[in-house]
Amino acid sequence: MIYEEVSSESRTRRTLTGAARVLSALRMDGPLVTGLALTAAYGLVVLYSASAESLPMVLRTVMRLVLGTAAMLALARVSPNFLRRTSPWLYAIGVVLLLAVAVVGHRGLGAQRWLSLGPIRFQPSELMKLAVPMMCAWYLHERPLPPRWPNLLLLGLIIVAPAALVAKEPDLGTAALIAAAGLLVVFLAGLRVQVIIGMLLIGVAAAWFGLRFMHGYQRQRLLTFLNPQSDPLGAGYHIIQSQIAIGSGGVFGKGWMNGSQAQLDFLPERTTDFIFAVIGEEFGLLGLAVLLLLYAFIIGRSLYLAVQTPDTFSRLLGGSVALTFFVYVFINAGMVTGLLPVVGVPLPLVSYGGSSVVTVLAGFGILMSLHAHRKLMGS
Amino acid sequence: MPPVRIKDHWRELRIFESRALFAGAAMALLALALGGRLYLLQVVRHDYYSELSQANRVRTDPIPAARGLIMDRYGEVIASNQPTFQLELIPDEVPDLKRSLHRLVKLGLLPGDDIPELIRTIKSRRTFDNVPIRLHLSDEEVARFAVRRFEFPGVDIAPQEARWYPEGPLAVDAMGYVGTISEKDLAHIDRAAYAGTAVIGKTGVESAFEKKLHGTNGFQQTLVDAQGRPVPKPGVFAKDLEMKAPRPGDDVILSLDLKIQRVAEAALAGKEGAVVALDPNSGDIIALVSSPGFDPNLFARGITVKGYASLEGDPNRPLYDRALRGEYSSGSTIKPGLALGALTDGVIDPDKPVFCPGFYHLPGGRHIWHDANHEHHGEVDLDHAIARSCDVYFYGVAHEMGIDRISAWLPLLGFGRPTGIDIGGEKPGLVPSRAWKEAHFANPANKVWFPGETVNLGIGQGYFLVTPLQLAHYASILASRGHVWRPRMVTGLRNPETGRIEWLPPVYEGDLSNISADSWQRVVHGMIGATTYPNGTAYAQMRGSVYTIAGKTGTDQVVNESVTGNLGEDNGFSKIKEQYRDNAWFIAFAPAEAPRIAVAVIVEHAGFGSMGAAPVARKVMDAYLLGPDGKVLLPAAPRGPYSEPSDIRPKVVPSLPALPPPTPPASQQVADRGRSQPASARHAR
Repeated sequence: MIYEEVSSESRTRRTLTGAARVLSALRMDGPLVTGLALTAAYGLVVLYSASAESLPMVLRTVMRLVLGTAAMLALARVSPNFLRRTSPWLYAIGVVLLLAVAVVGHRGLGAQRWLSLGPIRFQPSELMKLAVPMMCAWYLHERPLPPRWPNLLLLGLIIVAPAALVAKEPDLGTAALIAAAGLLVVFLAGLRVQVIIGMLLIGVAAAWFGLRFMHGYQRQRLLTFLNPQSDPLGAGYHIIQSQIAIGSGGVFGKGWMNGSQAQLDFLPERTTDFIFAVIGEEFGLLGLAVLLLLYAFIIGRSLYLAVQTPDTFSRLLGGSVALTFFVYVFINAGMVTGLLPVVGVPLPLVSYGGSSVVTVLAGFGILMSLHAHRKLMGS
Repeated sequence: MPPVRIKDHWRELRIFESRALFAGAAMALLALALGGRLYLLQVVRHDYYSELSQANRVRTDPIPAARGLIMDRYGEVIASNQPTFQLELIPDEVPDLKRSLHRLVKLGLLPGDDIPELIRTIKSRRTFDNVPIRLHLSDEEVARFAVRRFEFPGVDIAPQEARWYPEGPLAVDAMGYVGTISEKDLAHIDRAAYAGTAVIGKTGVESAFEKKLHGTNGFQQTLVDAQGRPVPKPGVFAKDLEMKAPRPGDDVILSLDLKIQRVAEAALAGKEGAVVALDPNSGDIIALVSSPGFDPNLFARGITVKGYASLEGDPNRPLYDRALRGEYSSGSTIKPGLALGALTDGVIDPDKPVFCPGFYHLPGGRHIWHDANHEHHGEVDLDHAIARSCDVYFYGVAHEMGIDRISAWLPLLGFGRPTGIDIGGEKPGLVPSRAWKEAHFANPANKVWFPGETVNLGIGQGYFLVTPLQLAHYASILASRGHVWRPRMVTGLRNPETGRIEWLPPVYEGDLSNISADSWQRVVHGMIGATTYPNGTAYAQMRGSVYTIAGKTGTDQVVNESVTGNLGEDNGFSKIKEQYRDNAWFIAFAPAEAPRIAVAVIVEHAGFGSMGAAPVARKVMDAYLLGPDGKVLLPAAPRGPYSEPSDIRPKVVPSLPALPPPTPPASQQVADRGRSQPASARHAR
């Protein structure tokens, strides 16, 4: 009896240490990978219900997760120095592709975000989510911190140019995320508080002007956010229905696959941008708390990894990955709960579709590379 | 040139750490805001959003209540509901709408020229809803579609309850009809109570008893998705779906006897006119006819504009309810009523013979009033004046009474005001008076009441107007010797679920107690004389009856003789255009000693009353009073399942004096005179 217990315990320990060894060989961070895996698994469970038990949709998401994991594993093996050196090239390629989208891709109605390269359909704006912070980190790596005005102006150009191109597609959500990723790098680099305040003021002014030049549906979204009841069956429908879904879920939720708002089609975009409301309806406040705690763990762990990296490029880029992830979550949750206007930002690792899963996991791959290679980089 | 800045790794690390800390704090703050928002939505406002979510997914559909039946006193149904079939189409499931519709036209199930309109209707509906494209399919049409159904995906036959009048036009003016709910109807009904109801009572019993007939609609909650489609397996999302069964409307039991109604309608077939027969012991209407009638099913099935226009434009006016709304001059039928007034007021001596030379003029006046047909009746007393309808005698009666007494007296007999019949819709008629003339005419010269106008009233001509219902009501007051019952059509309401019948008691409005028994005897005797004296006005038509009939003819002059001229022996009947011919009246009650039926008949443009109207009244009375063996039925004989129990009726036994001898002793004449006072019978109202 005693033998058995000891041996079984040691087997567990051996398995764990074995797994840890494998992870470290893969340059993976165990806790972060666990957090990401749990979140993705939770997302699959929710998606199965939100998609009305569509196995093909779940399988397609699994495929994307596999693809994202592959990207994550690949990027984790790449050395930070290489990443840093390729940053400007990546950025330059990204801008060219965005210009290509603006010129070549602009033939359809509404938003044109895709670029077809042979059989592969590719969204350059996804690439820019990573390329812009990398470029910013690369630029600041060489210069003393905190950055000075001339540096800031150039950084501003680095950030605004691609963001503006994406916003013109038009994809306001992604543009905001790209800008946020870049700005967070600058923020982490020690941007002065006065400058931050000044930029906020400029931002407000720009928003005021922007409102006048926005596409009809973008302005409508913003106005609807300010007063959803003004058009309950039109533009306000999304917000009202998602709040009904979340509110009617209560503390414990209606149960998996029992959310009437989601299952009976009242909730629009329920597998994609509004999947947060499905969790709120079916799993209640508790279900959302679990999800948000998972996200908090991922963000916290990421920040912790970023702080441990030895050089400026790694710290800035790693911190940006962590904070951008938070921005993703907060913008999505904020819009679904009615705190923010409806902008098309998916809930990371949970929402169905798009290449965002791959981008997110690739970002964490970079973060883990930066962390795993810290001892190899002489400083 | 600014000083060259050197990278300070320690400082940069500290900057990063402080920024990361700051970011962490900011994220914590934003997370707190998000948490607060979730708490507000999911805890504080949970009930509110739960209700909204419930309202989102539960649709409440009305279940219309079955409309109550209408049946006669024996339970024979004249208004029922019929499951009909309609052709329905679900746009979502029809692959090629135009092609399907054109093939339905080819099958003869749709009218071809309506297709563009129909397509527009279908397009305006939700694509998953059943859209009725053709109502009231015949059995043959249902069968024709059924064998080809496989060719029409998305098209199907669905049952639908519709009002159905199995006897068609029978008793339509009593029963009324239902029609599509109009804008006007919506103004005075509770829209919610009529959700899911297509029709509403428009006239007659259908309208007057709408509230009872309609019942209470139920509802059924259905779980639906965002597009409003019913969800097939609702168990998970709604354990609390409610259903309330509708409460069917009450069946309405009429006092009508459809056997008699049929006889009356047959007797009037092809003529314009009206028959009202009622029971003088209760006011129950036995038969009520306005001819020509029309088929109420036309309205119940949604009448077309063309169909309505043709009914409206018919010169015989089938939609016009003559029995309740036709206002005519009473003609001589008013003479017994006037005689009662004159006797009660003591202004005439019934035994004093009056010489009738065939014309009349007022004392000192030069205007001549002729007797009808310019007949010379010679010496006539009251009895013969009624029996033979001597106009000259009654010119005198009217003159003796004067307009004030007449205009006070006639309302006691039910004239000049609605009788209060329970189906409504009646006209009040008109009893002229000095005050009325003063108010009615604009020209000051016409505001004065002329004595000659009083003379006209003696034979029921002039301004005096009555409806057939009023005249029947009046006949029933004469029959019961002064007991006034309010005419009624509905005797009971039957709860179709329990079968329990709520009987409505008849309404007794009082009696004309100041009319002496002697006056009744004399007047009724004169009316019996009209049917029994060989020279009585209705002798020919009433001859051979096994029961005693008290009757009175009347002729409503449509145009003055100055138009037609004196037309000789048959009153020129055959020579005058129909629309100029006089309207024929006849009122009667029988058996005269203990009346069980009182009848008023008008036949428009039929000439003299005895010729046109009396045979109709005879047929009605024969049908009601005689058994198949030709003998008088016992009063209590025909009691059907829907006859009311006798104990709910107030016990009012009419005083039925034996027939008086033709000439009372001279001493009584004096006594009668002594009693005479102005009318004070108003309490009878």
